[in-house]
Amino acid sequence: MTTPSLESRDLTIRFGGHVAVNAVTCAFHPGELTVIVGPNGAGKTTWFNLMSGQLRPSGGAILKNGRDVTALAPSARAKAGMGRAFQLTNLFPKLSVLENIRLAVQARRQLGPRLFRPVSAFPQLVRKAEEHLAAARLEKVAHMPAAALPHGDQRKLEVALLLAMEPDIFMFDEPTAGMSVDEAPVILELIAAIKQDTSKTILLVEHKMDVVRALADRIVVLHNGELVADGPPDEVIALPIVREIYLGIPAEDAA
Amino acid sequence: MTATTQANPAAASHVRAVRTGRIIVWSAAAIIAFCLMFAPFLFPDVRAQQVAARICVFIVLAASYDLLIGYTGIVSFAHTMFFGFGAYGAAMALKSMGAGFDAIFLGGAAGVALAALLAVAIGVLSLRVKAIFFAMVTLAAASVMMVLASQLSDFTGGEDGIVYSAPKLFSPATKLLTDDNGKVLKILGVSMNGKVAAYYFVFLSCLLLFYALVRIVRSPLGTVLEAIRENELRAEAIGYRVVAYRTAVFVIAAIIAAIAGVIWAVWLKYTGPESTLSFAIMIDILLMVVIGGMGTMVGAVLGVVIMTLAQFYLKDVMAAAAEATSGLPLVPHLVDPDRWLLWLGILFILLVYFFPAGIAGTLMKKGGH
Repeated sequence: MTTPSLESRDLTIRFGGHVAVNAVTCAFHPGELTVIVGPNGAGKTTWFNLMSGQLRPSGGAILKNGRDVTALAPSARAKAGMGRAFQLTNLFPKLSVLENIRLAVQARRQLGPRLFRPVSAFPQLVRKAEEHLAAARLEKVAHMPAAALPHGDQRKLEVALLLAMEPDIFMFDEPTAGMSVDEAPVILELIAAIKQDTSKTILLVEHKMDVVRALADRIVVLHNGELVADGPPDEVIALPIVREIYLGIPAEDAA
Repeated sequence: MTATTQANPAAASHVRAVRTGRIIVWSAAAIIAFCLMFAPFLFPDVRAQQVAARICVFIVLAASYDLLIGYTGIVSFAHTMFFGFGAYGAAMALKSMGAGFDAIFLGGAAGVALAALLAVAIGVLSLRVKAIFFAMVTLAAASVMMVLASQLSDFTGGEDGIVYSAPKLFSPATKLLTDDNGKVLKILGVSMNGKVAAYYFVFLSCLLLFYALVRIVRSPLGTVLEAIRENELRAEAIGYRVVAYRTAVFVIAAIIAAIAGVIWAVWLKYTGPESTLSFAIMIDILLMVVIGGMGTMVGAVLGVVIMTLAQFYLKDVMAAAAEATSGLPLVPHLVDPDRWLLWLGILFILLVYFFPAGIAGTLMKKGGH
């Protein structure tokens, strides 16, 4: 077996007496899209926060390509190729859409000590940002402040920021949350396009079952902070515990 | 852009309003730049020269503070402390080494280096903590320095400060240009003496520093600073080490403030706690940036000019008004020059009320907080 691109080893976090994520062990591989499901409060977002560094674990370790990154700050993890999009839109509200994306493009490029050169002196930065802008179909609002966008466009920008980071590992936290039926496909197409590149590892928290079925190579189920199921989509969806969690049908009835 | 404006009439009117606002702001800035560039000829009297030089130096000071508070969202009360480091460095060297450019350079460099060092220390130690604690740390540091400046009177001259001479080039007795008779040449009725050289030394150094600041905020780094102000967590999440950037910008602002202090010390030929370190100056800078518009750079120019002119000339204007209305009941008392602070206060309240994001910020629909 090859080294996983991302590994969560016994990851645990306690808030006071409450264990939000409890000894979750799971490995992810390039070319694989894993959908993470679980009811509200299952610890999905908290688990993401532990892996991308927004929270420090109480125990356990995170490994990227076999290297322990548990002690690294979020920025260092981002530089190492771990990218994250947020469930609650998390943008730079007063900056323009293009500037938002350019920041993500810029972050992994070494610009050197060229402190006094205007942005226009770096045409490759702007060009790359415009490519990502077009991919997310945000060209028409390129110069509007992010805060002025309608919700759907903000969600697209949220995803565009992650894409513009050009990471190896993509962590999407409910990317289509609150989007209309017409808009959601744009995001799903973007994710499907990343999936074509087999060097990328994709983690996706999603509730909509049609999305899950269409994209997932594998499903991981979290419940009360614990990993309760992990496997191919058909098998996991058929599991009694998943039906119980999602449909509220007690395991014995479902079986 | 055109696609947006066609699709959205609200966006179109927004774009138009912003364009008009930009024109107003940039024309005002251009007029100010013109006046400052030709200040010795346009306003030859001594007091006006003093005001013009103060405006130049304070534009740099306020603009470097805008880099902190407006662009990056760092609230610091130690900006005058760094200003003071530069000023005292130059002043002590001019006093002990004599009035030469070597003294300005060495003393200034020492003051700037010390400012940078202390900025690194404060930044590394405390930019991780919450904004309010950081503000308190800078306040404490600034208070300590002020006490030190007034207590270590052997070095700093204490409360009285230090009086010294500027280099001979800047002395009023120096003839920059002479006519055929060997007398000082007059252009447009203004003697080409050392005072003019001193003003242009101030003007050109400040112009250079302001230009450097504008280049910084227009660079890719400038966008990162704004990103940190807007959303620190996301800036960190997309790969920017927020603490490192904050520390770097704190040091850059400290260095520029210290250089402004050197220039101010050379111009004033006096350095004391009241002219550089006092909290009154700190509050002035803060007000200038807020009134001008945080996160705009050009706002610093407008804020400094409005505040400085008000501080220097409001009394005169009121005296004239009191004179003119002396026949009327009550009015002359209201505009009595003794009440100038009241009117200054009212002016500030009105400015903040009608320009909530500062003058430049509101007119250009841009800027921080």
